[in-house]
Amino acid sequence: MSKANLLDRRQVVSTLLANRKDVVAIGGLGASTNDMCAAGDHARNFYLWGGMGGGAMIGLGLALAQPQLPVLVITGDGEMLMGMGSLATIGLQKPANLSIAVLDNEAYGETGGQTSHTSAAADLVGVARACGINDSRAVTTMAEVEAFAKAVHDISAGPRFANVKIDSASLERILPTRDGAYIVNRIRADLGFQPI
Amino acid sequence: MHARADAADTAPNWPDDIFATLQRFDVRQVPYVPDAGHSKLIQRVVSSSTMRGIALTTEEEGVALLAGAWAGGQRGVLLMQSSGVGNCINMLSLIPILRFPFLTLVTMRGEWGEFNPWQVPMGSTTQGVFELSGVKVLRASYAAEVPAVLEAAAAQAYNALTPTAVLLSQRLIGAKVFTK
Repeated sequence: MSKANLLDRRQVVSTLLANRKDVVAIGGLGASTNDMCAAGDHARNFYLWGGMGGGAMIGLGLALAQPQLPVLVITGDGEMLMGMGSLATIGLQKPANLSIAVLDNEAYGETGGQTSHTSAAADLVGVARACGINDSRAVTTMAEVEAFAKAVHDISAGPRFANVKIDSASLERILPTRDGAYIVNRIRADLGFQPI
Repeated sequence: MHARADAADTAPNWPDDIFATLQRFDVRQVPYVPDAGHSKLIQRVVSSSTMRGIALTTEEEGVALLAGAWAGGQRGVLLMQSSGVGNCINMLSLIPILRFPFLTLVTMRGEWGEFNPWQVPMGSTTQGVFELSGVKVLRASYAAEVPAVLEAAAAQAYNALTPTAVLLSQRLIGAKVFTK
């Protein structure tokens, strides 16, 4: 069911990445990874085509390895729900350079639009905050998205979490590369690491 | 069968051997779900200045974490007990896809004098699960062989990108004793 004033996912993601500078971005399995590609391919884009529930943890591993770089996980409500325990793990580690943005359409859009737990009961902002991620925001306006995009670059005040309510429109798929080794090695090369 | 040595004065030395090997291989991130058999190693890790111990809520988080760590230039190792291996299965698919070095050290339950039948099914399938998932399995059953097994495992995992699990057998760790 569509509600008024829900945000457009592509506009949200392109705003999050518009002035990305040195950000490393991880796109969760599903439409989020396509949204990231639609905003423009980038050597520091970590596209996921599997490993559902692992997006935030990949972000944590990267954030701990590169504490001077802003790391941004962009994922969906279904993917975040599957990895909800990782919010507790991140709340414990408190990586100051890690940000997580959930694109919450309250549905499993890739599998037929079945409603997700956030449609009726689960409050991911409350979960994140209760797990120790103090900067946890419920985002419903583009101004709030812009403010979060700016905050992502502050690598001294994270971790931070935003749950962005988006509309449930199914958009044309913009498919990124699905070669995982290429994706990882491209990021590593951009960060200055040699192949083994 | 011998009891687990939990007291500090009777603690075994093989966890120190493991720690030294991990240090030599420049392992930096150590995600873990606690297990009694890993307690001494976890203590060494969390008090280390070069390694970061990362407590997980479930083992599959550690697989994803190691992928991110590698993308960011760091090596890691996942510590868990055999029952946690089942929790990892789908996430293990990241390893061949992303081709990052994967080393895990697994303390075994459900074998060698086990008291708790609930540990036996997953303990019995641990090696098979890894092998079906493309992870090579090495095993250490005696304290004296731990350094050589760890050296081989770390070398093939980090130098040859061969996903590797070391099973630390219950014979090595000691069967857990349940007393009323």
